[in-house]
Amino acid sequence: MSKPRVAFFDFTCCEGCQLQVANFGETLLDILNLIEVVTFREAMSEKSEDYDVAIIEGSITTEHDVERIKHIRSRAKVLVAYGSCATIGGINGMKNKFPLDEIGKYVYQDKAKHFPTLPTRAVHQVVKVDYFVNGCPVYQPEFVKVLKCILAGIPYAVPDYAVCVECKLNENVCMYDKGITCLGPVTKAGCNSWCINNGNICYGCRGMVTNPAKNGQMDILKKFNIALDWIINKLDMYNKPRELDERK
Amino acid sequence: MSASKNVKVNVEYLTRVEGHGNIVVNVKDGKMEECRLDIVEAPRFFEGMLRGRSIFEAQHITSRICGICACGHSLASILAAEDALGFTPSAQTVKLRKLLLHQEMLDSHILHIYLLVAPDLLGVKSFVPLIDTHNTVVRRALRMKKNCNDVCDILVGRHIHPISSIVGGFTKLPQPKDLDAMLEILKGLQPDMEATIELLGALKFPEFSRPTEYVALVNNTNEYPLMEGELGSTDGLKLNKKDYRKLTNEFVVDHSSAKHAKASRESYMVGALARLNLNYDKLHPKAKKAAEFLKIKPVCTNPFLNTVAQAVECVHCLEDSIAILEDFKENGVKQEEVIIVGLNEKGTIPVKAGKGVGAVEVPRGILFHNYEIDDTGKIINANCIIPTGQNCNNIERDMQKLVPEILDKTEEEITLMMEMLVRAYDPCISCSAHFLNVKYVNR
Repeated sequence: MSKPRVAFFDFTCCEGCQLQVANFGETLLDILNLIEVVTFREAMSEKSEDYDVAIIEGSITTEHDVERIKHIRSRAKVLVAYGSCATIGGINGMKNKFPLDEIGKYVYQDKAKHFPTLPTRAVHQVVKVDYFVNGCPVYQPEFVKVLKCILAGIPYAVPDYAVCVECKLNENVCMYDKGITCLGPVTKAGCNSWCINNGNICYGCRGMVTNPAKNGQMDILKKFNIALDWIINKLDMYNKPRELDERK
Repeated sequence: MSASKNVKVNVEYLTRVEGHGNIVVNVKDGKMEECRLDIVEAPRFFEGMLRGRSIFEAQHITSRICGICACGHSLASILAAEDALGFTPSAQTVKLRKLLLHQEMLDSHILHIYLLVAPDLLGVKSFVPLIDTHNTVVRRALRMKKNCNDVCDILVGRHIHPISSIVGGFTKLPQPKDLDAMLEILKGLQPDMEATIELLGALKFPEFSRPTEYVALVNNTNEYPLMEGELGSTDGLKLNKKDYRKLTNEFVVDHSSAKHAKASRESYMVGALARLNLNYDKLHPKAKKAAEFLKIKPVCTNPFLNTVAQAVECVHCLEDSIAILEDFKENGVKQEEVIIVGLNEKGTIPVKAGKGVGAVEVPRGILFHNYEIDDTGKIINANCIIPTGQNCNNIERDMQKLVPEILDKTEEEITLMMEMLVRAYDPCISCSAHFLNVKYVNR
């Protein structure tokens, strides 16, 4: 079997998820035995228009992005949304809270017209996506799992239960019990509760579970006397573009 | 022959740099008509998005400006926030932050030296062909990078977008076994570092010189300043970090989504070479030894040697990291300093209205974060000034001096030289594309 040709493309993002690939260390050489990377702008000058798997990092925020992602979709057999910006819009989505011309003027003043921008969208809100690798940044063990699924030609299902499930197994003390709000109860698992293991809270970077226990959540908010706005505002840090899903 | 020469270089999406940039050179009848670096990264509006967010979220958000400099942005953000809040971190916190910044410097410099620059000097297009021809070198590079990452994993949960380093201190502190693990990794890195210096000694860098103003943090102590001190330059500039705008002095150019900067003369340079030029005496003795071996000394005016200065800094950061860890091993880490803040729901950190500036030497040069908050801790205004933005103007002036000097080369060779020049600055374009200024209403 010939190695699948894999291309990495970056859109609007910090490129940290691509860098997670370089951070594999020598394991990267084992991975390169199984796939042939044909485009990876951050680390390679070689470029190719001939690829089987397109790994997309970043969200779609300009007309140029839209054209480019459609072109890539038309050439790729398999398209992977890679990282929070690509899977849920991520941090870039906070922009959608402001009128675009207002935020443009705030940052670029009278030069704002040179930087046209669209509301931030996740990749699946523009073209069909075959695999999702969530997280900001992506969790390497999960990326390896997804790679294996791609190579085997089988689908990968992102865990659709709350981060709390993994967090409990890791025996962390609940942040709510420490008097701090955390988005673990409504966020998709799969990161092994990375942030809470390190003493921080969950910021919701993997996106909301599709069927959150709404009544349970309301009970928690009531019990700890937390305003709904407070939680919604926290959710919007990564998940603002979800509104564009609902409108569909 | 070169007098009547036409050269057109148009590199779209320059590779092996972080972010999107184009190089445009146009020479007609031996006369340079155009020579510039375009920044074409999609704008992300970070400063605009920060408005209305809690100051306790700022480091999490701004860390996402850049995947490579995540720890640097995070630290600059934390320092700016603490300055605005009037919070003084503990001595232990400061030391751990220095250790974290060293890992960032090491990791980023290693990535740049091995994966981004070395392929040019070895005449290949990326590290991939080197897997066959220079397998031990590639393995060493990946191993070294992994080592820095592993230390970050232990120290702050991960390197890309650190978790436990926050406003106020650390949400998790290293245990004695963690100190041992980090020390073991870093001591294991020493032989690879020696091999790196040897490798760099064998590589040939292009000869070129253009004196400019070099800007970096300076201080009155014996420490190589990376997180403390004031702003200084080889032209004698001295400024408090709060007055950073007098240094950066930005102006907008049409072709670039990054503003340009100038200080005492038409442009200035920040980064490893600038730091080495200003603070050479304060480098670790082993780093000075490496500098002597690599024949780099202040004031060095060849921007291509920024990569060599990075290697010297790697030795410094590695040795200083080991010293910090040994000190912690001897004196212990005070676990009671663990701090859980969240969005400050419990009022762990007193909040007041204020303004603050954070200035940190990150791999590519001096980085500024500046916030204004209201009395509830909400961000009213934000401004980030990124090293690559400060360097853009200097890069273009280097390009403009270099092109006429190499006109007798082929168009292909000229293109490669221009790419190498830009790469030498290790530009982080995804950072610079959204560092544009914010007008402070009150100023």
